[in-house]
Amino acid sequence: MSTLTISDLHVSVETDQGPREILRGVDLVINSGETHAVMGPNGSGKSTLAYTIAGHPKYTVTQGSIDFDGQNVLEMSVDERARAGIFLAMQYPVEIPGVAVSNFLRTAKTAIDGEAPPIRTWVKDVKQSMSDMRMDPSFGERNVNEGFSGGEKKRHEIVQLDLLKPKMAVLDETDSGLDVDALRIVSEGVNRVKEETGLGVLLITHYTRILRYIKPDFVHVFVNGRIAEEGGPALADRLEAEGYDRFTETTDA
Amino acid sequence: MAPSTSAEHSPAAFYNADALAPIQTRRERLSSFSIDDLNPVSPRSAEWRYTPLDRIEQLTAGTRDGSDIPAVYDITGAASVSHMPMTDALVGRCGRPEEVASARAWQDTHNALVITASAQDTSEVWVLRDSLGASARAGHTVIDVAPFAKTTIVFDNRGSAMLSENVEIHVGESATVVVVSLQQWNDTAVQLASHFARVGANASLTHAVVTLGGGVVRINPTAHLAETAASATLLGLYTADSGSHIESQVYVNHDAPNTVSRVNYKGALRGAGARTVWIGDVLIGSDATGTDSYEQNRNLILAEGARADSIPNLEIETGDIAGAGHASATGRFDDEQLFYLRSRGISEEEARRLVVRGFLNEVLAMIPVPRIQALVHDELDLALEEVPV
Ligand SMILES: Nc1ncnc2c1ncn2[C@@H]1O[C@H](COP(=O)(O)OP(=O)(O)OP(=O)(O)O)[C@@H](O)[C@H]1O
Ligand SMILES: [Mg+2]
Repeated sequence: MSTLTISDLHVSVETDQGPREILRGVDLVINSGETHAVMGPNGSGKSTLAYTIAGHPKYTVTQGSIDFDGQNVLEMSVDERARAGIFLAMQYPVEIPGVAVSNFLRTAKTAIDGEAPPIRTWVKDVKQSMSDMRMDPSFGERNVNEGFSGGEKKRHEIVQLDLLKPKMAVLDETDSGLDVDALRIVSEGVNRVKEETGLGVLLITHYTRILRYIKPDFVHVFVNGRIAEEGGPALADRLEAEGYDRFTETTDA
Repeated sequence: MAPSTSAEHSPAAFYNADALAPIQTRRERLSSFSIDDLNPVSPRSAEWRYTPLDRIEQLTAGTRDGSDIPAVYDITGAASVSHMPMTDALVGRCGRPEEVASARAWQDTHNALVITASAQDTSEVWVLRDSLGASARAGHTVIDVAPFAKTTIVFDNRGSAMLSENVEIHVGESATVVVVSLQQWNDTAVQLASHFARVGANASLTHAVVTLGGGVVRINPTAHLAETAASATLLGLYTADSGSHIESQVYVNHDAPNTVSRVNYKGALRGAGARTVWIGDVLIGSDATGTDSYEQNRNLILAEGARADSIPNLEIETGDIAGAGHASATGRFDDEQLFYLRSRGISEEEARRLVVRGFLNEVLAMIPVPRIQALVHDELDLALEEVPV
């Protein structure tokens, strides 16, 4: 059982005009096995939250804390966080020229587990995971994300989720760019990992479509750098019908 | 990486990376066997302005030992090696010196090493040069590739050197040739080389310069695509340590219809004060209709005070080309790439190694010699153990 606790999180980025505050006091607790959906307008700070959890150097935490099973996440390096079991499926996965997917996956798995995976089962696992995500085995020879279509990049993120077996996953708009079949396949992949490992999920999305496959336990409305309202799955449907107007009108933008 | 430049060119344009103004065109550069005809060695001349002249004095003035360069030859297939006087008809078919060091080496050399690849079969000649010593030498090699021959020639350079040499590569019609110059010199070695390739009709040349060690290594390849449908791929891969100067003046001369060239040089500057220079000249002459040409140079700066100059230059004299473009970029690690790898648990050190490795792999993968790939692969593993963080 793991718990990710985000308390009063304030985050700013450096801009030409000086630091700009993007997160303005986020409180969120995610336990193993739970799925938290985060929805909110463009620019409200959802990816900032995701990147801050993963430790992207661009974001500066000015106040508040992130705790993972008693460890102070903010004091951990990016790779330490990943090795502790935190995973980020990125909204825009990065291309890495000259680094083959198979080499990358093995290197990551070795780093996370602290030892190289046994070759035979590993090759089988990678094959299985790729075929589950409908990725041709030839992707193993290609360079990481290089020339992948938008949907292929997202599926590759979930292959990694499946293989690296984290405790907590932040999925930043994993559903955008996916066709209807891929959405189902990716959702099934996430659900499978959840069942197997009791993964906790923070799922950032603009659409309720994915929530029909990955059932959220909680829905958070993210507006202007903080959580404006929380509720159950029904809140998502209401947001889709009504939009964010009633939240944005009451906040001082 | 940033900053970077890249451009596609419309025909009939002169272009220079620094300014949109014509510079002295490569075609106008002097070439002669006589030293007096050539520009003096000076920091002001286009040929020498980037080179550390104090470190190459023994090769630009006085005389050098012109006896045969000690080497061990490993020959498989239909190829042979011999030494011929510099007056032999095989010598001087592929080009003329364009600068003083090259002209002096030409004069100093007693006999040319002639490597002949005949058409009967594929062949490979591995030339191990590991006992040149530190006194100044001059040398000349003629690689004579018969029409329809398929051959691979490797210079495997190690140890110390104070060497100035010319290499002629005569590629007969429809031949396929790979020439690799691999430098793993010690860090005081100096090598100046001019490679002159003349590529015949439907023939293809892959030329690769791989420099992993050396003090001053300046290897300037010229590919003269002299007949219809000749093609050349010129590759460079280098890692520069503290105190090393690695220079590549690459010249592709499209001189016949439907010729194709690709130039791809990539380097990692690992040591403080490491210095690399890449000048890529492409000339598409008035007869070279249907030319397809692309050149690029990319440098990854890994250490403080390292400097990479990268100067692409394209001259186009015909309106009827298939394509011509160039790209040049010099930068530090891409933070987003490192973040992505580290977010998968990979340590910063290992992430850096992966990125450098990946960066150089692109070129290594294009060198069609398995033994070179394996050797360079292992060597990079060792070298990148010490990538600075
Ligand atoms: N370097 C920066 N300089 C200025 N503003 C920045 C910088 N980086 C991020 N921002 C701003 O921070 C805000 C939050 O961005 P973020 O990517 O977190 O939004 P988001 O909620 O994920 O949006 P979307 O739904 O479009 O993905 C945006 O307004 C963005 O422009
Ligand atoms: Mg976002």
